[in-house]
Amino acid sequence: MTFESITDAQAESNLVAAEAKFQPNLAGRYRLDAIFKAATIAATTIAIAVLAWLMFDVLISGVGSLDRSFLTSFPSRRPEQAGILSALAGTGWVMFLVAVFSFPIGVGSGLFLEEFSGDNWFARFIEINISNLAGVPSIIYGLLGLTAFVIILGDWTGGRSILTGALTLTLLILPIIIVATREALRAVPDSIRQAGYALGANSWQVIWSHTLPTAFPGILTGVILALSRAIGETAPLITIGALTFIPFLPEGPLDPFTVLPIQIYNWVSRPQKDFHDLAASGIIVLLVVLLVMNSFAIFLRSRFQKAR
Amino acid sequence: MLQDTSSPAVSSAAISVEKLNVYYGSNLAVRDVYLDIPRNQIAAFIGPSGCGKSTVLRCFNRMNDLIASARVEGTIRFEGMDIYPTGEAAKNFDPVELRRRIGMVFQKPNPFPKSIYENIAWGARINGYRGDMDELVERSLRGAAIWDEVKDKLKESGLALSGGQQQRLCIARAIAIEPEVILMDEPCAALDPISTLKIEELMAQLKEKFTIVIVTHNMQQASRVSDRTAFYNAEATDAGGKVGYLVEYDDTEVIFGNPKEEYTRDYVSGRFG
Ligand SMILES: Nc1ncnc2c1ncn2[C@@H]1O[C@H](COP(=O)(O)OP(=O)(O)OP(=O)(O)O)[C@@H](O)[C@H]1O
Ligand SMILES: [Mg+2]
Repeated sequence: MTFESITDAQAESNLVAAEAKFQPNLAGRYRLDAIFKAATIAATTIAIAVLAWLMFDVLISGVGSLDRSFLTSFPSRRPEQAGILSALAGTGWVMFLVAVFSFPIGVGSGLFLEEFSGDNWFARFIEINISNLAGVPSIIYGLLGLTAFVIILGDWTGGRSILTGALTLTLLILPIIIVATREALRAVPDSIRQAGYALGANSWQVIWSHTLPTAFPGILTGVILALSRAIGETAPLITIGALTFIPFLPEGPLDPFTVLPIQIYNWVSRPQKDFHDLAASGIIVLLVVLLVMNSFAIFLRSRFQKAR
Repeated sequence: MLQDTSSPAVSSAAISVEKLNVYYGSNLAVRDVYLDIPRNQIAAFIGPSGCGKSTVLRCFNRMNDLIASARVEGTIRFEGMDIYPTGEAAKNFDPVELRRRIGMVFQKPNPFPKSIYENIAWGARINGYRGDMDELVERSLRGAAIWDEVKDKLKESGLALSGGQQQRLCIARAIAIEPEVILMDEPCAALDPISTLKIEELMAQLKEKFTIVIVTHNMQQASRVSDRTAFYNAEATDAGGKVGYLVEYDDTEVIFGNPKEEYTRDYVSGRFG
């Protein structure tokens, strides 16, 4: 039917037919909208409520013993003298080294796999295995660390040392960082890369100037999540033989150490109520360290986004 | 089928194509293209969607290298230099150097997510430009007829410009590294008539210094701006796919006024299919 042949009568009948064919049912659609919204609000409320209750509980029992001497004392058999200094220092050392090791290695591997390796069976094989590694229980990494860094490479790593702990946790979070890096790189529009290559750039110039900066906020988010996982890990560090009683400050990466979650675990597992309160104080310290770490990364990220 | 209607005056050709076949995987996308693009002229590629205009264009600066499945057969010479050499020479050939001499403007404006200034300066810097950068940025932006609109906000992001301004920024970026040829893949596809006109005027100026190849779906645009026009079409293959080929390539007046092929006449007059 050509346009000219549409008479008024036909146009009218088309209109009627259209009304019958489409039933907008706005009321029903809005109801569905409201139900969906309510469901998401409920989910959020539950999540936040559980978290708030947990925090409240920890704060109630932990604030009492959280004072200056708690932060500046070494562990002790007497609860009123016990402090968290050596665990705090251990966590600081370990996390610093984990960040130093895992960032370049993880981001570098992600870059290689995404930008250079091409799409062949080898790359896909590695990709699948890395995704699987991200899901391996952490205690397995502890066993790996024990064999590799304590037993085989013990002469260089100092055995049950900070370095061994950091290397083990690095192995643990590398898959997470690699996967996050690849996702972030994949989200960079191809048109940006093409624009770079069309100007006569080589791969390195395109990656360094365009792909990486565009993907960087996403990569940083992945690194934050990975480091947050590492800071709370206990099992692999106990496996490699981190001590629970360290009445001194580590002076270098080859010294023995303990970390916050191990110290907390140690206090929780004692029978006395006073030690349980100390554990709650330790949890508060751990949370604060985590928050400081994350806000630093968010600060970096926002600066980076502004710079462009 | 007419294979080559252009004169064999190789010396005046910036780009000459001989028996070009392009495959994506095992699919032949374009076959048997022969054409010469004369220096300091504008050549337009027209034809229905999917007939391989972009594919041929991307061969000229080897952007097809970025598509893993793409494979090119035949010879393309740029100023006499074979840009798809075979055998030992292939290892020594560097597409990076070629792309500096053959710039490209894409269908969708794609400025870098950086400042306007940096959009222009980056290409020059990575290619080792030693001159006055401020001067180069201004000259390129003036060359792309966008200087007056952006001169007060060079530090702002290129993405904050309108689509038409972004496209002119991309043209400025392309001419900043002083290429010899500029490839434009439907540069006005997303633009309003006024921006389109600006870019067309720009092309008329640019051809004094550059050779331009433009893909367009706009017949008026092709007849307005180009000196020579290539009409491509796609035909069904026995295997059930489609393969593009060059129907006719001649002076623009001939293609639009008195083409040799019936098909071309139908297409340029809008009586296709
Ligand atoms: N990256 C690719 N991978 C596989 N096939 C492709 C790819 N790019 C193009 N093709 C195929 O090659 C043929 C020609 O495509 P091309 O993009 O060159 O057409 P075109 O003439 O530029 O069309 P349009 O006018 O719509 O831009 C099409 O059949 C298309 O499906
Ligand atoms: Mg195209």
